[in-house]
Amino acid sequence: MEHSVGDLAVLGNGAGLRETPDPRDLAIEARGLVKRFDGTLAVDGVDIAVPHGAIYGVLGPNGAGKTTTLRMLLGIIDPDFGYRRVLGSEHPTDLAHRIGYLPEERGLYPAMKAYEAIAFLAALRGVPLAEGRRRAKAMLEDYGLGHAADRQIRQLSKGMAQQVQLIGTLLHNPDLVVLDEPFSGLDAINQGRLEQLIRGLAARGATVLFSTHVIAHAERMCDSIAIIAAGKVPFAGPVDVARDRLRPQVRLETRERDGRWRAALPSDARCDAKPQGGAFWYFTLPESGTEPLLRALIEGEAGILSLSIERAGLHDAFVAIAGEAAARALDQPADDAPVKGRR
Amino acid sequence: MLTNPMRAIWTIARRDFVAVVFSKAFIFFLLGPLFPVVVGLAAGMLGASVRQDLDRTLVGIAMVGHDGDRLIAARAAMVDQLPGGAPEFAVIERLRPGQSFDARGLLQRRQLAAVVTGTLDAPVLTATPGRIDQWRGMIGLFAARALTTRTEAPPPVRTDAVVTSAANEHIGQVVTAQAGQVLLFLLTMLLAGMVLSNLVEEKANKIIEVLAASIPMEALFLGKLAAMLAVSMVGIAVWGAGYGVMLLAGARAIPLLATPAVGWPLFLALGFAYFAMAYLLLGAMFLTIGGLANTVREVQTLSMPATMLQLIVFFMASFAVAMPGSWVERVAQVFPVSSPYAMLAHAAQSPDLLPHALALGWQALWVLLIVRGGALLFRRTVMKSGPAPQRKRRSAAA
Repeated sequence: MEHSVGDLAVLGNGAGLRETPDPRDLAIEARGLVKRFDGTLAVDGVDIAVPHGAIYGVLGPNGAGKTTTLRMLLGIIDPDFGYRRVLGSEHPTDLAHRIGYLPEERGLYPAMKAYEAIAFLAALRGVPLAEGRRRAKAMLEDYGLGHAADRQIRQLSKGMAQQVQLIGTLLHNPDLVVLDEPFSGLDAINQGRLEQLIRGLAARGATVLFSTHVIAHAERMCDSIAIIAAGKVPFAGPVDVARDRLRPQVRLETRERDGRWRAALPSDARCDAKPQGGAFWYFTLPESGTEPLLRALIEGEAGILSLSIERAGLHDAFVAIAGEAAARALDQPADDAPVKGRR
Repeated sequence: MLTNPMRAIWTIARRDFVAVVFSKAFIFFLLGPLFPVVVGLAAGMLGASVRQDLDRTLVGIAMVGHDGDRLIAARAAMVDQLPGGAPEFAVIERLRPGQSFDARGLLQRRQLAAVVTGTLDAPVLTATPGRIDQWRGMIGLFAARALTTRTEAPPPVRTDAVVTSAANEHIGQVVTAQAGQVLLFLLTMLLAGMVLSNLVEEKANKIIEVLAASIPMEALFLGKLAAMLAVSMVGIAVWGAGYGVMLLAGARAIPLLATPAVGWPLFLALGFAYFAMAYLLLGAMFLTIGGLANTVREVQTLSMPATMLQLIVFFMASFAVAMPGSWVERVAQVFPVSSPYAMLAHAAQSPDLLPHALALGWQALWVLLIVRGGALLFRRTVMKSGPAPQRKRRSAAA
């Protein structure tokens, strides 16, 4: 499938943003990224467009190509094919001082003290060491980790070390924050804190790109997502658009129990059978919308007792877009994930 | 204000330097060279003691009449003129004319190095073949002296000492060249090996991902090399200070070398520069090789061939010292890894300075090339990166 700059918003299978964004409004712009490892296709023509200031999720099961895509975007590895532009530059490593990156496999020098480790990470991004130390101690206090500032990394719990690395990722106030599976390994409380933090970053104008295999995180946090499965991106765009790929579900309770009123429904509102023993009828909202449906139900003398229209969730959208297999793989632990890509 | 790559190199170098120098293990590293010195000194002292016991050699004399006494007198008159001195003599028995004596039996029974029997006209030396070769001439000399009537010491010889001769100077400078090479080799071997395992920590701790996202890989390599060079300088400073203390303490066993052709100050400066280059060249190669290893076990496996590589380079440079002006010397001087060794030897034997400027520039160029190549290889093999430039451009242009 050929893409042009003007097609940026129409990604994957033609889904996604309908308007054409100005490339200057994009923090990240990637087209046709391809990466093979020893003949194995890990990423196969990925297109992503992340607007400035957005919270953007890369959603997919383990082994789908999320990390490889992020690594290509950050310049850690170069794509075999394709084009990337991050914060206006084709060389992301030149903009390290404007980017924060938390890799999936967290890593710090075990012998370093917590505040030194943070200052070191910030120094790599251009913050002078003395300034980094000062800010590191202040941020550790803000995060309730002031008592751990002088402790060596090897003396910290895994969760604390993870927070230290996160602080190190953010200390230099980056314009773009890339987090690879940031919620993994965190307990519920710290996941909540991280969600708050991400929202805070976006509120101050930073662009946040994170990968996750947990749909709930993407649904709660993201303005836009890219769904990635088997190295391809079948959808990229706003979460609402993804959910709108499926028509809302109608839940209906009627006095008329034999369902003769169904004959009056529009043809695209298929309502074959009521679940065994259930009180409700379920069917998709017709293309024509709510009012024609209500009219049809009244004219069919359904005797409406209750009616609710529920918008499709991101999980349903994911199943519809990426398929059942990919959705099942979302719940698999990393060790059981399929081998990346295809030969 | 440092530029970005320089700041990245500085950040990495500072981290590594602090991590190494302020670790407890570094104390053992500093003490490392002391172990062979201590063992060597202990072995030397023990050997000296044993030798002293053995060297308390006594030659027994069982000659007719007073020939033995005259032989001892002759020894006393001449011993100071003999290089290396002479063993002690002691009269065991004064024989009557015609009396036989079992010299072999005496050697079996008593702690004697040799036995002299017979007369001054026909002395008989009974000893092991080595002693016979060593002392045959000396006994003849003493006997001849004893046969003369003169008792005074030999006439004094007027001497006219020169500081050195051309031949002596050349030999001395060759020795200085070889000593410089050996020292350079030992230091490089001792220190460059540390670089092998340098990237394993980053890979094991997964921090390599953050580093790769933050700074150019070349900056990571150069920072690590700079840190280890600085660490080695600390080591050399400590060991050099220890050597100085030993000199001040009057350790006369430490040999004094002939003055190199470029003079000591310049030779030491060049030695410093060539050490840095030898270290950086080998270190860059080792860093690349070590970077490909994933575990300490793999690094250990790699260390043996790496040491062999160093030995080959050293032997090549050493061989070249013995063949000045030959193609072997030229090759050793031009081949990047052996160049520092060969050029240091050149500094000991030739006062020309221009070749050193060229050589240092050449070696620095190779350091950068190896680092560049190593960083590329690391990205392609370890970070699994590497574009296909032509196809990529075509794709980007599409």
